Amino acid sequence: MDFRLTEEQEMMKRMAHDFSANEIAPFASEWDHNHIYPQDCLDKMQELGFMAIGVPAEYGGPGLDHVTQNIVAEEICWGDAGVGTIMVASSLLATDPIHVAANEEQKKEWFGRIVDGELGAFCLTEPGAGSDAAGISTRCTKVGDEYILNGSKQFISNGGTAGMYTVLATLDKKMGTKGMCCFMVDRNTPGITVGKVEDKLGIRTSNTTEVIFEDVKVPAKNLIGKEGQGFYIIMKTLDISRASIAAMATGVAQRCLDESLAYSKLRTQFGKPISSFQAIQFKLADMAMRVQASRLLYYEASSLQDMDVPRFSKAASLAKAFAGDAAMLNAIEAVQVFGGYGYTREYPVEKLMRDAKIFQIYEGTGEVQRLVIAGDLLRG
Amino acid sequence: MKVLVCVKQTFDTEAKIELKDGKISDAGINLIINPYDEVAVEGGIQLKEKGIAKEVVVVSAGSDKAMDAIRTALAMGADRGILVKQDTAADEYARACALAEVIKGESPDIVLAGHVAADDGSSQVPTRIAEILGFPHVNVITAVEIAGGKATCTSEADGGTQVTEVSLPAVISSQVSWNEPRYPSMKGIMAAKKKPVSTVDAAAVANKVAIVSVALPPSKQAGIKIEDEPAVVGAKLADWMLNTVKVEVK
Ligand SMILES: Cc1cc2nc3c(=O)[nH]c(=O)nc-3n(C[C@H](O)[C@H](O)[C@H](O)COP(=O)(O)OP(=O)(O)OC[C@H]3O[C@@H](n4cnc5c(N)ncnc54)[C@H](O)[C@@H]3O)c2cc1C
Repeated sequence: MDFRLTEEQEMMKRMAHDFSANEIAPFASEWDHNHIYPQDCLDKMQELGFMAIGVPAEYGGPGLDHVTQNIVAEEICWGDAGVGTIMVASSLLATDPIHVAANEEQKKEWFGRIVDGELGAFCLTEPGAGSDAAGISTRCTKVGDEYILNGSKQFISNGGTAGMYTVLATLDKKMGTKGMCCFMVDRNTPGITVGKVEDKLGIRTSNTTEVIFEDVKVPAKNLIGKEGQGFYIIMKTLDISRASIAAMATGVAQRCLDESLAYSKLRTQFGKPISSFQAIQFKLADMAMRVQASRLLYYEASSLQDMDVPRFSKAASLAKAFAGDAAMLNAIEAVQVFGGYGYTREYPVEKLMRDAKIFQIYEGTGEVQRLVIAGDLLRG
Repeated sequence: MKVLVCVKQTFDTEAKIELKDGKISDAGINLIINPYDEVAVEGGIQLKEKGIAKEVVVVSAGSDKAMDAIRTALAMGADRGILVKQDTAADEYARACALAEVIKGESPDIVLAGHVAADDGSSQVPTRIAEILGFPHVNVITAVEIAGGKATCTSEADGGTQVTEVSLPAVISSQVSWNEPRYPSMKGIMAAKKKPVSTVDAAAVANKVAIVSVALPPSKQAGIKIEDEPAVVGAKLADWMLNTVKVEVK
């Protein structure tokens, strides 16, 4: 077993880290506090290829394997988890269904639009269907060579900024998961409105909105896979993207450690740096353990995907649940290491604590991941 | 037109320098492309983008680790690389001889380099290369125009700028303010592996300098704190400077 990264992975990690440290981290707290959408930063990311990390080389993307995509996601989230969310929601989450089931013509069109700088958004969650994704009620009805979409989607990352939506809808709720269909929908189709923009605890640089579909006519050629395959496509997408979320959480967990380590060496109390106190040292050690374990779990889940094994749900859920908790715990401990200063906006750790919480919620809560893991264990 | 850029793999500028057995230890040190050379690489790539240069070749002398610096330059957009394998203990003279030998074989129109390396800061290699090859040399440039077989270089001079015109081939070394080096793009990184890099052994040249010993600078002494009315602070500070630090007043 060789834990080393390849030469390209190393270079990609270094470049993404440099970018994050120079172009994101120094501005992230201003963006967060003043609710600024970091368009200039995203433009730079578009130029360098970040906004198309999920697109294969033959369709004009950088052609990264899953391990490398997720290493990049970790490094961007080290700088700001909101910017990471914009990138991942578009170029991985909304794009993965195209990998999973799109035909050649669809790949050319939708990958092409991502490469050209359009943002994607993944529309699964609804007001009445969160953890219970199979409970969605957005309807699709076939009329001629079009499908008519009706329904509303909740908490959609890039909902108000995307040019294209990846949407899960049902032909008939009574058909259960067998009635579900996955569509690619152009934002400018009549009948689409962007609803409420969420005012969030954290990842405030990312845009989260309601997206409402009223008699939206989608050409039948935009159906990904076949009628009835939608649920399978979305579940497979989530298996893939959960490793990405684990990577993002790892980035935040690492940032918490880096900030705490630096601060603990500078802050003196009782005539000594606080890093000389064992209580602080143990916090740092625990943080480092959680970072490393998270990273290895997402490396494993991502590399299973690269090896094209048929099932990696459990590995992805192990990584996602663990790394989500690790980011949250590390953030709480980072605030503790900073003491009263950590509780103020002058220092970066209160934001990390607000940002970290999302990793225990979106893309399947920590509880839902545990259901997947336990289900797998009990199936034997 | 062919541009050749000399790059060096150096210690990360934030690295903590430690001595081991009387030598600078590179254990656990992050190595990066010399930031000054990165500016030269960017300058070379821009000449290509402007249609002035056809090919940008990067050359690095050092151990296998120098391959990293070459790959970084290739990822930024250089076309091919040459690794000149040489003992890391080579001095500036031996270094310049090895590089000059390779440059002679390549016969570039312009040789670019950073004006100094972030590690030993000796600022000698580009000047020595120019001397060995009999090329004109312009140092610390902040801008360059190439036309009609000539390079018009703007460089820093005491209290102003100086414009120098030289005929090509020439050695031009950059000041950091010449440009803002780009991040290698993802496609650039993926393409770098497929770009050709050749490896040659350095010409056997003996060092001219023997290092007798290496020492770290003395650690910083604690300062003093003067707390009082502004006028009193001024007087006490002046007294401290004159009588304790013994600043010479001319
Ligand atoms: C900032 C943000 C961005 C988001 N981006 C997207 C996006 O881009 N696309 C998208 O489709 N969705 C997105 N979501 C939605 C997100 O995936 C859901 O919020 C999440 O899946 C949880 O669903 P819910 O909010 O309806 O909570 P609920 O499902 O109502 O859960 C409430 C609580 O009950 C627990 N719970 C529910 N069921 C069970 C059970 N069976 N056993 C044990 N515990 C259970 C949950 O774990 C949770 O603690 C986003 C959410 C947020 C906050």
